[in-house]
Amino acid sequence: MTAVAFDSTAKWERSAKIGLRPEPFGALAYHFDTRRLVFLKSPTLVDLVDGLTKHDSADAAIEAIVEPADDRSRQAHVTALASLAEAGVIEPATKIAFVG
Amino acid sequence: MTVTHSPITHSPITQTPITLSRKGSTPKAKGVPPLVEQLKGGLDAPICLTWELTYACNLACVHCLSSSGRRDPKELTTAEALSVVDQLAALQVFYINIGGGEPMIRKDFFDIVDHAVSRNVGVKFSTNGYYIDQAAAERFAAMDLLDIQISLDGFDAETNDAVRGQGSWEAARRAMDNLAAANFGEFKISIVATRHNVDQLDDYKLMADDYGAQLRVTRLRPSGRGVDSYQDLRLTHPQQQQIFRWILDHPDVLTGDSFFHLNALGTDSGEALPGLNLCGAGRIVCLIDPIGDVYACPFVIHDNFMAGNVRDQGGFANVWRESDLFQELREPGSAGACASCGSYDACGGGCMAAKFFTGIPLDGPDPDCALGHADEAVAAAAGSVPHSSQDHSRPVRLGAKPTL
Repeated sequence: MTAVAFDSTAKWERSAKIGLRPEPFGALAYHFDTRRLVFLKSPTLVDLVDGLTKHDSADAAIEAIVEPADDRSRQAHVTALASLAEAGVIEPATKIAFVG
Repeated sequence: MTVTHSPITHSPITQTPITLSRKGSTPKAKGVPPLVEQLKGGLDAPICLTWELTYACNLACVHCLSSSGRRDPKELTTAEALSVVDQLAALQVFYINIGGGEPMIRKDFFDIVDHAVSRNVGVKFSTNGYYIDQAAAERFAAMDLLDIQISLDGFDAETNDAVRGQGSWEAARRAMDNLAAANFGEFKISIVATRHNVDQLDDYKLMADDYGAQLRVTRLRPSGRGVDSYQDLRLTHPQQQQIFRWILDHPDVLTGDSFFHLNALGTDSGEALPGLNLCGAGRIVCLIDPIGDVYACPFVIHDNFMAGNVRDQGGFANVWRESDLFQELREPGSAGACASCGSYDACGGGCMAAKFFTGIPLDGPDPDCALGHADEAVAAAAGSVPHSSQDHSRPVRLGAKPTL
């Protein structure tokens, strides 16, 4: 498992190697390869991680899901997603959309 | 909803050396308690738990926290054990720490482990290594989601065998050799820090590096047979300083978050050991013992800390969520006798189990308080401390007991 540099203009998705368990504060994420445990410390961040695939870019997902999407909050979530990418919780989306 | 402080943190409760982020990179929302405070209030299921599979053990370590030796006739059957695995999988418990006794003595050991892994419940198991022959090592090497911790409480045979019994050093090294030969990968060498091995940590580190293994150093607790050996094995105050620095200097060494009571030593310098630094008993961890009793943590096998049994109506989940004991442990605690100490925020008063088995009130200082605030109380209570409610020690035969 290698961490990938986070590009918020790209499309991302939750890694298949991740177990995500809802908790009152957000969620616990466990990476079955690296055995790392990661706390997602807000329900919004959990919604964001789960909603990534519905948007063409991480930026678009933040815009749609995070409220209020002011600059400060947007930047905080970009930073959070970058940490999650570093931990292997999210990965660049690889699925090719099948049309037709 | 605003994000509270840094939106994610990494916990060293896992086997990997990761640090807890302390920096608040995002604005704090008013009225939302910090993560650690929320964890103190308990989770719907433990993050991980310890499951002692059997009280049977081929060794008789003088500090055995579960006073193991003989199998208990009431131990969970294979069907019951597999059902416990299913319950933990349903609760999304990510991994379990399997111990004993010596867990590999159970004839269905591989059935239980295979079932857990197949249900996506990771397994980390602690063993003395006696039964890891080449065939077992190769079987382990072929499994996913499995970690192995070999216990070795002295770098050399003399130091180790004084605590774990004659021949145990050789058996542990043989198991490590077998795992290395089978290309198992990064197994763990697990050390309980005592006053006799604390000077050997650098040697241990070299040994671990040679094996491509990871070192795990945890705290000695006065639990089980440790009640009787604690005074002879516990770290001295200068050694507490020594190990505090050593852990800070070796962030890649695992500690199971067990030395948080030493954080008082960093009050002035602003240093703290990596970790959540909280007592997780009944909040984020617990113990299932071989007969299915659920305790607040692996170090308090005593009726006062028994929450229920996995055989009860509703199974494990009901015990975890509904037991009066666990509800109580999730209530905010009082700083008690430590309230006037400037280091209370750093150490949180230390370990509940260590206090209990040294006769100190639960809102008193940890017996190993690095500032020495418990020294008098520990000395005063010596000789009249509680013992574990379960004792499966084999009868002592003359000449058979390891000497300290």
